Amino acid sequence: MAAVMKLKTLQGHLQDLNGFEKPKIHFEQYETPAHIAAIMLYNIQTQYEGLEDKLVLDAGCGPGSLSIGAALLGAGMVMSMDIDGDALKIFNNNLEDMEVTNVDAIQCDFLNTSVFRWENYFDTVLMNPPFGTKNNSGIDMKFLQMGLALSCDSVYSLHKTTTRSHIQKKLKEWGAKGSVIAELQYDLPATYKFHKQQSRDIAVDLWKVQHPDS
Amino acid sequence: MKLITHNMLTSKCLKGVMTGYPLAINATDVKITEVDFNPEFITRVIPKLDWEVLWHAANSIGHSEGLPKSIEPKFEENEDFLKKAHKILLEVEIEEGHLTCPESGRQFPISKGIPNMLLTEAEVQ
Repeated sequence: MAAVMKLKTLQGHLQDLNGFEKPKIHFEQYETPAHIAAIMLYNIQTQYEGLEDKLVLDAGCGPGSLSIGAALLGAGMVMSMDIDGDALKIFNNNLEDMEVTNVDAIQCDFLNTSVFRWENYFDTVLMNPPFGTKNNSGIDMKFLQMGLALSCDSVYSLHKTTTRSHIQKKLKEWGAKGSVIAELQYDLPATYKFHKQQSRDIAVDLWKVQHPDS
Repeated sequence: MKLITHNMLTSKCLKGVMTGYPLAINATDVKITEVDFNPEFITRVIPKLDWEVLWHAANSIGHSEGLPKSIEPKFEENEDFLKKAHKILLEVEIEEGHLTCPESGRQFPISKGIPNMLLTEAEVQ
């Protein structure tokens, strides 16, 4: 295994990326903060060797911090997808700026239309799903379930810590196994008008979810 | 769009479509992007592919020259084969054009390298 890029270096690269120009509330677009993305990816590689030489899917990639970070940590190829063409334009610019060439993107609706020929195909599925707090509750669970269907090893996903017991219940229902591998603080800046405070800290869990037989 | 991506894409979500695979490629702009050769990754991904579909996709855009029609035995020890696979999977990219569903004829535009696979509600199964 090659030497892994230092956490600080990775975070520095991800901080330089461009974010959403005009975040869209109906897609619940929040950027994954650079420090969260960096810690998440660094853990996945150093604890589980889940990125280097792997085929990775980034579901709901937005401007691409998880995709680009995964590529920087040695992923074989990253397949990125998002429903929003404007986000994908920024994604393309970020790829060019970072000179990352083993990442490819598709515009599609991850939840409602499967565009993939095979299930259980990707070694590692990454996602920072919408938390499902504005008129779309349960959307985070739908993301997770879709991700699991496409994964042949592990899904790594961020969820609010307040939903931990609900997720445990759902995993049991699906016959999947999973555990929280890191507890993080998501500093959510006031992206939308309805956020009264300047920013607030939200506790989030990084989950590793797998099929039962893996 | 790289050919590794094309190899995994289907239009089966369209109403009335059974497999929707493989999608036909119509390319008006193809470019070659340099990607670091990673033999471990290529070896890992080859068994997942539909190689025949890959070969025909490469052929349809004029990039099949020298590409074996089937996976060679002991390919993991054959660096020449792995390099050819690397090039066709990751380096050849369709910048502009469209994909066509083999059953319904529905076209999916590819613009600035990104295929748009969005469907309207009426089109979904």
